[in-house]
Amino acid sequence: MMDRPLLVRVLQEPALGALLGPPQWDLLLRQARRARLLPRLALALDPQVAPAQVRPHLDSARLLAERQREAVVRELDHIRRALSPCPAPLVLLKGAAYLMAGLGTARGRMFSDIDILVPHAHLGAVETALMVRGWAYGDIDAYDSRYYRRWMHELPPLTHTRRGSTLDVHHTILPPTARLQIDTSALFERLVPLPPPTATPDLAPLFTLSPPDMVLHAATHLFHEGEFDTGLRDLFDLDSLLREFGAGDASFWPQLLARAERIGLQRPLHHALRYTHELLGTPMPASALAALAAMPGATPPMQRLLDACFRRALRPRHPSCEVPGTSAALAALYLRSHWLRMPPLMLARHLGRKQLKRWFGHPAT
Amino acid sequence: MRVADLPTAALRRQLRLDGPGLRLAMPPFTACIRSDLPLLADSIASMYADFSLAEEPAFCDFHVEIRRVRGLLRGFRSQAEFSTDGERGFVPLPVAQGFAMLEWGLNWCVAAHAHQYLLIHAAVLERDGRALLLPAPPGSGKSTLCAALLHRGWRLLSDELALLDMDSGRIRGMARPVNLKNESIEIIRRFETGAQLTAAVPNTAKGSVALMRPPGAAVLSAHEPARPTWIVLPRYRAGAEAVFTAAGKASTFMAVAEQSFNYDIHGARGFQALGRLVDRCRTLSFEYSRLDEAVEHFARLADAPPLRGR
Repeated sequence: MMDRPLLVRVLQEPALGALLGPPQWDLLLRQARRARLLPRLALALDPQVAPAQVRPHLDSARLLAERQREAVVRELDHIRRALSPCPAPLVLLKGAAYLMAGLGTARGRMFSDIDILVPHAHLGAVETALMVRGWAYGDIDAYDSRYYRRWMHELPPLTHTRRGSTLDVHHTILPPTARLQIDTSALFERLVPLPPPTATPDLAPLFTLSPPDMVLHAATHLFHEGEFDTGLRDLFDLDSLLREFGAGDASFWPQLLARAERIGLQRPLHHALRYTHELLGTPMPASALAALAAMPGATPPMQRLLDACFRRALRPRHPSCEVPGTSAALAALYLRSHWLRMPPLMLARHLGRKQLKRWFGHPAT
Repeated sequence: MRVADLPTAALRRQLRLDGPGLRLAMPPFTACIRSDLPLLADSIASMYADFSLAEEPAFCDFHVEIRRVRGLLRGFRSQAEFSTDGERGFVPLPVAQGFAMLEWGLNWCVAAHAHQYLLIHAAVLERDGRALLLPAPPGSGKSTLCAALLHRGWRLLSDELALLDMDSGRIRGMARPVNLKNESIEIIRRFETGAQLTAAVPNTAKGSVALMRPPGAAVLSAHEPARPTWIVLPRYRAGAEAVFTAAGKASTFMAVAEQSFNYDIHGARGFQALGRLVDRCRTLSFEYSRLDEAVEHFARLADAPPLRGR
């Protein structure tokens, strides 16, 4: 069994801060910064317990998170304005959804981009409307552009030419080629409308997924992902979503299991519950745990392998948290993510091309 | 203990990737540096000779590494990369640029994280407790001017990064080595034969680059802030006579805001702090071509009686 990293221990029990000496503070800050969890840590800690040298780092992180929050709210107004002519429901995903829904998960969460979901039928109109308002595709080659459009669940990232903000437009939450086939239309069944901001009531309305679907999306995203740079941050997102929704509504847990079955996301939910419970002690009712055990899971040897990989990948990416086998685990999960994403022959072609590009720069497409 | 007191072997041992790291005090920060480039130890030993080492166990603000890039095809290209907190940044650069990369990397760490200050891209020098700010975009001759002034009676605070404490209104620098580019390298070598420079590294993203060792006295006083007194926007123009021109407060405000790394992050507080800074300073533009003449102008500026009314 691996030890729990210092960052995880302090995030779970912020009172520990009072017991840390300078070398531990030093390590804690580095782990938190690397894991993109420094603002969250700064908000969790009592500012008085941090030594004078540490406090400015915590204050800076809080300030940065606060400015990002404001920037996202402003950016959403721009997006709503741009998409006002489109009849498509505009669904926020991930960080922007947590923020606008006022969830505790959003506190101190850093953003790298904004993610939205629109029905596939409206994708063309949405793309056009955004481009008219100044969003453009960055420097991507023909292969990548084709790859996104044919095989992915989202458009290539759009960047606003003046503001530099990045927008990911999704039409579903898993690539159409993925092994796991999901019912995308079910995602749009239970959208939750957000109250229109008083300053801009006439712009396109915003929606989020329902609480169970929000959890399912976060789970799918994390456990199909090939890169675990922010794996621990995403696990903490799941932890606080489950805690908040579970505490607020008795019907949440049965609904979560029912929705997982309806959309076809039992496997990622299984992983989410297994690892939040094991690594972060997320409370969950016995019934959910029982259902979890009965879910169609992996064979025992495969489960042991997945455990070995995820327990390593879901630690902070800081060198102090590396344990034997970390790089092998990350490599295995990278391959797994592609394996889950597309059929074998396509996978071989895709990875081969990526490696050639890494070695030789840009081959002709 | 100072870097100069550390035997070369001990310096190399501390720098090792698996070692404790070289904990360099650059007030108000402490940086912990690790590297597997032998060249880097030599550059640090000469350029940071007067800097103190933090005593253990110390909290370090920034942990940086410059390490050789390993990989299938990289072996014979001999490149190095910068990382902080175990995260890689920038593109790998030739090993010869390792020390310049360390300097840029440390600047990046401050600019990205030290939001307890309003950070301004400017050279800062001090005389009698009064700070002279030279904010200017690259290519304006700011570093050259700074390198000349610090040899003629001005104390170096920084050639790149001014740290404005928004509560006290005072400015700090770290008195780190001065970055010189292209023609400036030869100009400064000729201007001050005692100046200690690294060998010029050609073909960097900024052209040819050399670093100049900061004077020992400036390093010893690096923890002392200075009171902002002059903001001078310098401009080098071939053949120009040295001349100061009064600059408007509003245009100076905009010029300084444009050169700030985190003005946007501070919001209203940053706006007010910048306003107070510009208000309390004499704001000037300065055009020059000959360093000797420029230095004389700045000496006269420092000796002029302060403006009344503030």
